[in-house]
Amino acid sequence: MKVKQLSIFLENQSGRLAEVMGSLGKEGVNIRALSLADTSGFGILRLILNDIQKGRAVLKEQGFTVSETDVIAVEIPDKPGGLANVLSVLAGKSINIEYMYAFVEKSQENAVVIFRVEDIDNAISALQSGGVQILEAEQVYSL
Amino acid sequence: MIWDMKHESMSRSELEALQLGRLKNTVSRCYDLAPHYENAMDKAGVRPCDIHSLADLRKLPFTVKDDLRSNYPYGLFAVPMKEVVRMHTSTGTTGKPTLVGYTRNDLEIWTEICARIITAAGVTSDDIAQIAFNYGLFTGGLGMHQGMERVGASVIPASTGNTHRHLTLMQDFGTTALACTPSYALHLADEADEQGMRGKLNLKWGLFGAEPWTEQMRTEIEAKLGLCATDNYGLSEVIGPGVSGECHEYRDGMHIAEDHFLVEIIDPETLETLDYGKQGELVITTLTKEAMPVLRYRTGDITRLNPEPCKCGRTLARMEKVTSRTDDMLIIRGVNIFPSQVESALLEIEETQPHYMLVVYREGALDGLEVWVEVSETLFSDEMKELRRTEERIAKKLESVLDLSVKVKLVEPRTIARSEGKANRVIDLREEQ
Repeated sequence: MKVKQLSIFLENQSGRLAEVMGSLGKEGVNIRALSLADTSGFGILRLILNDIQKGRAVLKEQGFTVSETDVIAVEIPDKPGGLANVLSVLAGKSINIEYMYAFVEKSQENAVVIFRVEDIDNAISALQSGGVQILEAEQVYSL
Repeated sequence: MIWDMKHESMSRSELEALQLGRLKNTVSRCYDLAPHYENAMDKAGVRPCDIHSLADLRKLPFTVKDDLRSNYPYGLFAVPMKEVVRMHTSTGTTGKPTLVGYTRNDLEIWTEICARIITAAGVTSDDIAQIAFNYGLFTGGLGMHQGMERVGASVIPASTGNTHRHLTLMQDFGTTALACTPSYALHLADEADEQGMRGKLNLKWGLFGAEPWTEQMRTEIEAKLGLCATDNYGLSEVIGPGVSGECHEYRDGMHIAEDHFLVEIIDPETLETLDYGKQGELVITTLTKEAMPVLRYRTGDITRLNPEPCKCGRTLARMEKVTSRTDDMLIIRGVNIFPSQVESALLEIEETQPHYMLVVYREGALDGLEVWVEVSETLFSDEMKELRRTEERIAKKLESVLDLSVKVKLVEPRTIARSEGKANRVIDLREEQ
């Protein structure tokens, strides 16, 4: 149920993101989902990869500071109100969301939302009992 | 005007006779009363009775900042505590301050030599003097305060901070003399301009010290504040402000209180004593200090000495403006900062060898310090708020250690060049700006 996400520290400098992507691409690591949070000085790049171990090794080799985090991937119908339902399940259990990002699956009618929460185990059981479709890690890596 | 005509215009032979008597006395007291000096002199194979001439000074061992630190707090005191009436500190290399003490007589001498440089700078009993140095453990505030009172000026002990209040006081009280760091003077000048006060202030004299500054800064301060700016020099390890100061008439070197301090210039590499006129490290031996005399204290300040009498009538030797140092100490807004202080503070937070860089910049007129810290895996988090918290934690820690507000910037690993041997930890943008 838990999906591994790779986070990378980036300074706000032109070309840094391209370097990360270039290194991953050269080693055949594919990106499943991505989000970038930034301040005026630095950014945090968060990636879901098809091969996190390889991705991590490649970036560490390049001298980047990286870390792995457990996140949840939830599948929701790609229609108005779909996300609201999931959020109300979490809110009902007072589970705080640290951050989230979404993307739309290529071949299906669904959207995938990645959640980073404070208490991941509680969040999983809350979502399950709320009837929300949680994706298995392997499903996400091979989307 | 000369404050102490008798001492400030002594002939060199009179001076040297006075210095020799005082040196012999100081060396004996150090040897007999402070175990550190006894050990150091035994090690160097020299005894107080070996001092027959001023040249014999060279037989004595040097004292360095580390000696002050390793004898912290009272190890170098040469009088019983009941005779110590005041204590001050100076910042140290690892965050621990070095302590200095004064007897009643030390305070009297300190007051007198401050009165000398204050008079040399142009201030008289007709002046209204605003002191914008920190009053507290730092010697700048109280040192200048005592001297100003001795001269008879009307003293406004405004201390540091609150630029707006400073300007209000200046305007309302008709301040004629300002004592502070040169960078703060520039800051005040810019603020005064902004508030439309240029030309409305009554300033005549500016006494600036506690940090290095350039002739360009002098020109700028004088133009903006409409005063005559003089440089003065001192360090708490030997007494505080008052060691030397320029005369406002000629401003051609700072007149040293040589009757209280024996000065030498050495080559910081070979430690050889250099002749007058040669540039090197200033070394000071106190001649009258009772509570904490120091023998051959290596100041780390690079300057040169000029023994020629000045046209102002003072005969005591002059030292050139200090513009550089032998070590990596930085002076930012009058605060002494060593990169090693930053390093040990970061080590406490990170628990591994930190990679960091100190960037000193000038924003408007005020100097500032930005510390770049490479984000290691222990510091990194995928959450923005955690990284922000880390930045704040580092900034707070550094501020408490350095006593200076610091901007922290997190940077990627290997941003900071690794060099073999001693890493260069400092980028000083002030020189380029």
